[in-house]
Amino acid sequence: MRELALHILDIAENSISAGASRIRIGVEENLHTDRLKIAIEDKGKGMDAETLAKVTDPFITSRTTRKVGLGIPFFKAAAESSEGHFKIQSQPGHGTTVTAEFKRSHIDRMPLGDLAGTLQTLIIGTPDVHWIFDYRINDEIFEFDDEPIKEVLDGVPLSDPGVIRYIRDTLRTGIDELRQSADVPTNH
Amino acid sequence: MPTVKSLDDLKKIREEALKKQQMKETSGKTEVIVGMGTVGIAAGARETLKAILDIIEEDNLDNIIVRQTGNIGLDSFEPIVQVVLPGKEKVSYGRVNSEMARKIIKQHVIGGEIVKEYQIVG
Repeated sequence: MRELALHILDIAENSISAGASRIRIGVEENLHTDRLKIAIEDKGKGMDAETLAKVTDPFITSRTTRKVGLGIPFFKAAAESSEGHFKIQSQPGHGTTVTAEFKRSHIDRMPLGDLAGTLQTLIIGTPDVHWIFDYRINDEIFEFDDEPIKEVLDGVPLSDPGVIRYIRDTLRTGIDELRQSADVPTNH
Repeated sequence: MPTVKSLDDLKKIREEALKKQQMKETSGKTEVIVGMGTVGIAAGARETLKAILDIIEEDNLDNIIVRQTGNIGLDSFEPIVQVVLPGKEKVSYGRVNSEMARKIIKQHVIGGEIVKEYQIVG
């Protein structure tokens, strides 16, 4: 995977598989401290200490168990190879938070990629999950919460053509405007 | 660039969607499912799902529910797309890129005819 947005998608898939009712995705770029932070936080069933220890080890995960968490070691490696770090915190019955931090300007730091595409996929593809997205660059923020949208739609599916357009345009515009206001190239 | 839309815009979209629903007979909805496990994502499943959403939007197609699911268990065939027409059995397609997705939507989802050359026969 060559985009951080694809890693975000993969980690969020783990949260979906864990039966999460609410998933928050946070992206934070700080141009002054030169750090980029990504957090995927779910309200789900969580993991015990033993499972938690296993999921970051590429040689233990998979095969015998369900194929959940296969992408975690790759995401961890992506963070650690760009002067960053990676952490999973989990509590059985409460949920899991995955955080990855990068040196923003590091030569090996993967581009964020198509964040809007990842979010569109998650929001429309899993209508039962309450999705929250916040994207910060320095002191500016773009926030997206799909709950008010679902309340207005009141049963009209998220894959209605007009709704697809609405969600896509809202995400793209919000992300682009935030980047413009912080003078960050729209594709980076 | 599109401007930020308000929830009032969304209310109008909802009303239109409901009008269209009333005009049509309730023939049931077609489900299109995309496998979004790690292997699927690495093979391009997000682009496939985005292409499906784009086709629905461009061609203004109603009564299609797009869902994603975790690992389907056929790694070498990812990205996998499954189509379930109302009252019909699930049909699975393998190594589906954006262009193939377009053909599957046109021929199978709208036309009702399975795209045999892309089908995974198990």
